[in-house]
Amino acid sequence: MTIEAGSPAPDFRLATEDRGAFTREDLLGQTTVLVFYPFAFSPVCTDQFGVYQELLDEFEAQGARLYGVSCDANWSQKAFRESLGVTIPMLSDFEPKGEACRAFGVYHPGGFPQRALVIVDPDGVVRWSYQAANPAELPGANLIFDGLAAARPVA
Amino acid sequence: MTDLRSAPLPPLQSDDHVRGPDGAPLVIEYADFECHFCRLAHVRLGEVPVRRVFRHFPVRSKHPRAWAAATAAEAAALQGRFWEMHDSLYADQGRLDDPHLWRRAEELRLDVERFDRDRRSDAVLERVRHDFRAGVRAGVATTPTLFVDGTPHAGAPSPELLARLRRSGG
Repeated sequence: MTIEAGSPAPDFRLATEDRGAFTREDLLGQTTVLVFYPFAFSPVCTDQFGVYQELLDEFEAQGARLYGVSCDANWSQKAFRESLGVTIPMLSDFEPKGEACRAFGVYHPGGFPQRALVIVDPDGVVRWSYQAANPAELPGANLIFDGLAAARPVA
Repeated sequence: MTDLRSAPLPPLQSDDHVRGPDGAPLVIEYADFECHFCRLAHVRLGEVPVRRVFRHFPVRSKHPRAWAAATAAEAAALQGRFWEMHDSLYADQGRLDDPHLWRRAEELRLDVERFDRDRRSDAVLERVRHDFRAGVRAGVATTPTLFVDGTPHAGAPSPELLARLRRSGG
């Protein structure tokens, strides 16, 4: 089950496009939206990231940074990102395969992440999460804005 | 801050682009003029008796000329020729550069200077943005997305959906 609001983000290690590490430490001090997706180049992911890209200014205005996460290798993710024409950074859970996805509770028994969204606050606490009913369902950007609104501290 | 949280699909509005007979089943379409599946949706919907509403959902990362095409259609709308420009764009998606858009405007006998001014205007940009944002809020995540009786159908219309529209259209 996808990690729930209120839980601290687990320890994890993902690989960035230049094969650096992205860990729990990198979540601190920013609002992070992790966009888990099943596979690079599966036809439905395409429009999901394109639509999010179209709204990057809006996400930025709300202080949120988006990252795509899958179990694909860095090279595949880079090629995928470039083919979509998007700048949203991709993080790879290739080795040990699926470990970060398991830690966030989004690993599908088929060997890939569920289509899920997780918002982590600047203190490293999960504030909101969503899992699509099936991998074919594309979560609209509206859901992320709902999540960001829910995650914002009440003034 | 722009509110982009979930919101219901806006019902048919006075500034919507609508065509098709009164009383036919209503299809609200979020689409992009550079998207090939949107063209397919356009062709298939042309074969069933429906009342169609076109709303813009341009995604520039995949379709670099989608915004230019959307604003061209809105500029044509200001001269009363939205659907003519719509059909012209879908008839040839390979020619969407500025000279092609001017050529289309000429062929539709628009005032080309006015067309060119209008398509770059804040009002027209805002009109396209307004459609896009409403689509985002209604959960559109891919093009085309067709809403029939409030239910979204992602992608080009399936044979089942077309058959249903044909039946309810009598």
